Parts: sequence; structure tokens; C-alpha cells
Amino acid sequence: MDFSEQVNELQRKYDEMRKELYGQLSPVQRLSVARHPHRPTFLEHILNITDKWLELHGDRAGCDDPAIVTGIGTIDGMSFMFIGHQKGRNTKENIYRNFAMPGPEGYRKALRMMRHAEHHGFPILTFVDTPGAYAGLHAEEHGQGEAIAKNLREMFGLRVPIITTVIGEGGSGGALGIGCCDKMLMLENSVYFVASPEACAAILWRTADAAPKATEAMKITAHELVELDVVDEVVKEPLGGAHGDPYSASQNLKEAIMRHMKDLLKLDPDSLLKHRKAKFRKIGAVQEGVKLDPRFKRKMKPRDAHLDGEQPPQMT
Amino acid sequence: MSVRKWLEDKQKFGGLIEAFFEEAVRNSIAHENDKQIILSENNNDLWARCENCGNMLHIKFSKQNKSVCEERGNHLSMDSMERIEPSIDPNTWIPLDEDTISKDVLSFCDEESYENRLIRSQEKTGLPEAVQTGIGYSNGTLIAPGVMDFQFMGGSMGSAVGEKITRLIEYATQKLLPLVLVCASGGARMQEGTVSLMQMAKISSALHYYQVQKKLLYISILTYPTTGGVTASFGMLGDIIIAESKAYIAFAGKRVIEETLGQKVPDGFQLAEALFENGLLDLIVPRILIKGVLSEISDLYSSVPYKKN
Repeated sequence: MDFSEQVNELQRKYDEMRKELYGQLSPVQRLSVARHPHRPTFLEHILNITDKWLELHGDRAGCDDPAIVTGIGTIDGMSFMFIGHQKGRNTKENIYRNFAMPGPEGYRKALRMMRHAEHHGFPILTFVDTPGAYAGLHAEEHGQGEAIAKNLREMFGLRVPIITTVIGEGGSGGALGIGCCDKMLMLENSVYFVASPEACAAILWRTADAAPKATEAMKITAHELVELDVVDEVVKEPLGGAHGDPYSASQNLKEAIMRHMKDLLKLDPDSLLKHRKAKFRKIGAVQEGVKLDPRFKRKMKPRDAHLDGEQPPQMT
Repeated sequence: MSVRKWLEDKQKFGGLIEAFFEEAVRNSIAHENDKQIILSENNNDLWARCENCGNMLHIKFSKQNKSVCEERGNHLSMDSMERIEPSIDPNTWIPLDEDTISKDVLSFCDEESYENRLIRSQEKTGLPEAVQTGIGYSNGTLIAPGVMDFQFMGGSMGSAVGEKITRLIEYATQKLLPLVLVCASGGARMQEGTVSLMQMAKISSALHYYQVQKKLLYISILTYPTTGGVTASFGMLGDIIIAESKAYIAFAGKRVIEETLGQKVPDGFQLAEALFENGLLDLIVPRILIKGVLSEISDLYSSVPYKKN
């Protein structure tokens, strides 16, 4: 009995459907691809794109947070500092890695590595893939907020190029703690949110069932964020998502990173810092120049300084 | 107990108590001269209840006492106008960016459109956004204060708050003014999505130039409540971090932690006193003394013998 014709026909139909399905993914679908258990993790990308790789450990202050992996390596012979959130590839590993949710020690380890990179001249590549910073007692007691804040400020002073790529989930402050960069890239099916759709749904819609609505409303996918001028480039994933063909996904990532790095390496450090500052300075949508209804300002302290005193602010 | 006893009890002050004792008792509820009772539409009742001990406070005395309950010194929440008014010397205030408000960048709509929510909050609170910024003299020193207001959409930080604070920092950088930011926030404004998140980076970038490159003084004052994105950005970046007594200061909220760990969080866990014990704050200052303390600090920093170039 020869079923090869039917099998071929079914295979053809399967390929067509797969193309159709993955050709046009909705934000909710992209979210599940971003959280897919087989999605390539930071280390898997590293091992696919580097020629040499050496993991470096510790915050030199009592801890080596497994949720953040740091190290140095080369891509096409050029050395970089790599920092990223590491998810586990199975449940046991996830528990060890704390599901890629760093504590303050992780951010301090990342900062130590970033300063080390600046000192020695390594450009920095960071990879974001976290549901968020860890919300626990120990983390709060040891200054989770302060550790992230410190990183945010210090990253704007590092005199080496920084490229951040969101390879999976970009969980709010936990992601931004290693994500202040010259260029922000996102893999096609990754997401970057200020609050997880589940949390947002619970707070604004008062029911976790509204998570799909929240996902659509918050505009968390790569393409939507490029339009909002937050992200610089969307890196294409192979059809079926990165987990279908990890090696190709990594190669696309490598190509995009090296292309942007080539441009950044042309800038001197002062221009680099100016450019990084400008990148974030422009994000935000405000309305001004329109005098508001005085009712809306009745609880603001009105100006009472004398006119010949300090002049109205002039910004240069 | 008397104010003095309470201050000594806390031992957060050392030698400064003597300096400000006069001022501290001057406004105590024992003295009331003016008969005007200020009734705003928000305070239809004449009484407020202290959420800590349940003590009933008459609004007039409460405001004279800067909304501090006289029973155990619990600081009730205070709106931005009530904070700015007594701290700034008369006839010296210049507000900045009064008309700057957020746009509905995502065309966000949950149970109500973001645009409508903004207008409703503006009508209800009489504020255009969750922060007031400006410059003014305080005890003779020109400072650049920004005061957040929890009443406006829970003090959430969106584009307008980010922009106003960034501009305040940029102005202070240009004019070499000390910066004071009073924080009160439930976190980032979800209705503006990832754009809100990036405000944390934007403000931190301005602070880098202000603090690290220009070496100017930034004091952050954390009040009830300071959470989420504000704690993880400018709240915890002050050269000096002051907190009000029993202020709730957190990165992750209590409920999120309880869900993550599957256990109850101990009482008093994320209050200012607990953070103080863990070395995360410089000072806990009673509200009535903040103005004086800020002047003293400013004085200490400007009397350095080794001047920066």
C-alpha cells in the first residue's frame, strides 16, 4: 500500500497553512511565540553567533545571580561584552535560573560587567528575555528599585557602543535595567511591555480574562513599537518562529547586530553619548502650546514671582 | 506624646532637633488664630480619619499640622499644592510647563478611553497632570522642585510627567540649581504602554548629565506611596534620599510579592522605617521639618572647601 501521494498532499497542505498562520500573526499570537517554551534562549543565540565565548561571573559582593548571564566573546573576530537574561530550557533549569527574573544582585553584576567592558573597550551587546524583575522579599530588602535605577543612569555614561536586542519577553523595568542603548532591536515575535498583559487586565479591566484585549491595546509587539519610535529595527524570524529554526534566527540576529555596530563604531565617544541621550529624549507624546481650561489648573500653584525677578525660563 | 518626644524617639535627627524645635511646635494644634476654614470641593467633610490609628482629625487643624496625625505622627497623604505652598518663599514661584499634558499615543481604551479618563481626572483634581514643576526660592535659596500628586490617576508616570521632570532637570542643569523631586506614584501609566516605560530611561539620562557630569545636588523625597517605575528610576537616584515617616516605598507591590511567593508579607515590610534599617535611605524626616532640613543640606553642600571646577 503506497500512501506517499496522500502524505505529500498533506505535507503540502500543512506547509501552506503554516505559512498562512505565521505570515500574519496577531499580537496575542506573537505573545505566545515570545513565551514559547522552546524559544531559543540567550545562551543558545550566543553559541550560534560567537566564534569564542567565555562566561564571567559574580557581582564581587556576595552573589552570582543565575538569571543574568554575562561574558566576553567574539563575533567574526571582533570582541564584545555580552549580557542577557537567561531562561531555562526545561523546568529544572528554569528554577535554577529563577525564570530569568533577576534580583538586585543580577543588575549589579550586569553593571560591573558593563563598567569592565567600558574600561577595556568592549562594545556591549545586551539581550532581553525576562518576564520582569523578581518580586520577592529578599529582592526588595536589598534594593531592587535602586539597582535598576542605578543601571538606567549609568548606562547613559558608558563610552562604548551598546546594542540591546529583545529576544523574547521584555518585562518592564526588569528589561530596561539592561536596555538603555544606542540601538534597540527586537526579534519579530518578541514583545516589550510596561506591565504584563495579565497584570494590566487585572488592574484596568478588573479581570484576568481580558488579557487578550490588554495585549492588543498596549501595543507590545515589535512592529508596533517601531511605529512608536521606541525600537529601531525588527529582526526577521524564520517562518514558524525562532523555535522552528534557531540557527537561522541567530544568523539574522548576528547580521543585524554587526550592521548597526559598524555604524556605531564610526562615532567618537562624545557623539555616541549624545546620540544615546537623544534616542530616549525624543520618546513621549505630549500636547503643549495650547492653553488649558483654567478649571484644569485650579490646584496648580500659579506664578507669583515679580516680573522683574527671575525671568520666565528660556531653554537654549 | 509631644512632637519633641516623638522626634527624640525616632532618633533620626540627632543635632537638628534643637535647631528646629521652635518651628516644629509653632504650628502645633494648640494655637489657632484664624477663623477661616478652607472648604474645597474635595473636603466636603470637616473631618478626616487617620488610616493608621483611626483618630479623627478636624480638617483645619490637620492642615495646620501639615496633615500629620497628632496621635502617633502618621503622615496622611498630601496633595502637591499643599506641599509647594508652605515650602516656597512668598512671591518667588515660577511654574514650568503648566500646559503640558499627555497625548493618547496608543489610542488606548479599557473600560473608558484614555482621553476621557484624562479629562475626567483633570476636572476632578484641578490638575492637568500628576506633577507640578517650577522654580522658586526656599529660605532664600533658589531651587528647582518637582512635586508629584497621587490624586491624579494615582500619580502614574506617563509622557507628560516624564517630559516635565526631564525639562525641570535640564533647566536646573543649565542654571546650576539644586533639584528636589517629591515622589508619589503608583508606577508607570499603563495606558501609554512602553512609551511610559521609556520615560524612566529619559529621566535617568537627564539625571546622568545633571549628577554625574555636572556634579549638581539632587535630593529625592519619597512619600506615601512611591512604587514601581518611579522607585526604579529617579526615586532612588537622589544624592540624598529622604523619606517621610511610614511612607510605603516599593518596587513590586505587596500583592504581587504575595502572589509570587504564595505567602503573606510581614507587617511594616516596605515602609520607610524598614527601608531605613536596610540601608536604602539617608534620612526619615517629619513633614514639618522638611523645609528646614532642605535648607541645611543645601548649606552643607555649598560650604565645601574643595570647589569643583
